[in-house]
Amino acid sequence: MSITEKEQEIIEEFALYDDWMDKYEYIIELGKELPIIEEQYKTKDRLIKGCQSQVWLHADCKNNKMTFSADSDAIITKGIIALLIRVVNNESPADVARSDFQFIKEIGLQEHLSPTRSNGLVSMVKEMKLNALKAVK
Amino acid sequence: MNIKSIRSQFPILEQKIHGKPLVYFDNGATTQKPLSVIQRINDYYARENANIHRGVHTLSQEATTAYENARTMIQNYLGAKENHEILFTKGTTDGINLVAFSFGELLKAEDEIIISAMEHHSNIVPWQMLCERKGCKLRIIPMDEKGDLVLDTYDSLLSNKTKLVAVTHISNALGTVNDVEHIIKKAHAVGAKVLIDGAQSIQHIQVNVQELDCDFYAFSGHKLFGPTGIGVLYGKEEILNLMPPYQGGGDMIKEVTLEKTTYNSLPHKFEAGTPNIAGGIGLGTAFEFLNSLDMKEVVKHEQELLEYATSELEKIEGIKFYGQAKVKTSVISFLIEGLHPYDVGTLLDKMGIAVRTGHHCTQPIMNQFCIPGTIRASFAFYNTKGEIDVFIKALNRIIPMLKN
Repeated sequence: MSITEKEQEIIEEFALYDDWMDKYEYIIELGKELPIIEEQYKTKDRLIKGCQSQVWLHADCKNNKMTFSADSDAIITKGIIALLIRVVNNESPADVARSDFQFIKEIGLQEHLSPTRSNGLVSMVKEMKLNALKAVK
Repeated sequence: MNIKSIRSQFPILEQKIHGKPLVYFDNGATTQKPLSVIQRINDYYARENANIHRGVHTLSQEATTAYENARTMIQNYLGAKENHEILFTKGTTDGINLVAFSFGELLKAEDEIIISAMEHHSNIVPWQMLCERKGCKLRIIPMDEKGDLVLDTYDSLLSNKTKLVAVTHISNALGTVNDVEHIIKKAHAVGAKVLIDGAQSIQHIQVNVQELDCDFYAFSGHKLFGPTGIGVLYGKEEILNLMPPYQGGGDMIKEVTLEKTTYNSLPHKFEAGTPNIAGGIGLGTAFEFLNSLDMKEVVKHEQELLEYATSELEKIEGIKFYGQAKVKTSVISFLIEGLHPYDVGTLLDKMGIAVRTGHHCTQPIMNQFCIPGTIRASFAFYNTKGEIDVFIKALNRIIPMLKN
């Protein structure tokens, strides 16, 4: 499945919820299920400090496929991370570097990716793309 | 106090957020504006707009009169001796920076400045910058675990080296009302001047600067039902006269030649450039609005809200309050065990409830309590017990969602 197809799949999943609380209930579930970054990678240099919440991100590239793991102290932030990772995991560095995560806007969660929100997510997206750029052959 | 009639003067309170009636509990960050203020700003731009202090034409004179009347209105409300002791600024931060620069110019290396451990960043950073610039030393009044300042230690920090004490009247993060009378009296006894950060005060309690005998008092308009981008620095005339100007430009000069400039008198010496005219006039109207309220009734109502909300919140399992000072305004900072403030704030928003989450620009306080931040509900007189019920109900819905 391509990045666009995965994004479309998420948009369709979220279309099932018309109530905000239901939508967030689902995000929280995703947050709880997010495979947590291995403790050895939860280091200071992988910490992205936000004003509201903090994010740890670890990126890897094998056989021209990117994999990410992450964690956050806030569960909603974790849920959104789970969505972002689901879209770009196992994709090529070039595709990850190009992705703009437009689906977040489509499902009404763009406020979490606003630069003024300061929850660490904006910087995390930047970090993901930087890591991908470094891995582009 | 007729809350219903007061609420009807605040159009924003009728808004719906995500389809739910707005419950606005973020008054510590900014307060909402009454219609009179909104209309006054509108009228100014619709009928009076002109630059002030310079035109001979009618509009300019009318705008100047309105702006200067606002200054007098504020002077009277605060009980300042002179009209020109009221300086218009951009807000509290701007006022503190003005003092840190201009009063700071009178200081020398080894002079000492005292602040407290509960200051907002805007009453910490300007002093750190001054200390770096002049080689002064910063001393800190500690805070106990309840959120009260340890005044015995303060007394022992004072010496003839102390030149300025800068403390907050009321803590934005914890609601503590500090004993500023004691702080001022003790500082004056060693010849130090005192700046009070009043950002959280005038909207909650009656303030009289001459009775307090403070040397500077800084606050923002937007936190007391006025517009953003305007504030006031009150300063005693004799001290302001000793201080060099903060910024150079138009309006602050008496005479300019290419070789040398002489400065204008107070307040203009500290008001370079075209000011925020609409803001100043709107702030005057906000003070008129405050004047129309019975402050005793306001205090009583807000204390009732504080007590009611505290007792309702206490019923929530795992709740922990930050800031249980002896005297408090209507601010409640808290955490619920196992829940991150960002998650709680996000979900409350979706239910129409506006609270503040995070460190509230007081990282040293959060560090002292070893927490990343809190959830803060801060009430104004237009809030109701009914809104607190909605808030508690929302929390009770959110908690099981977020807990494992």
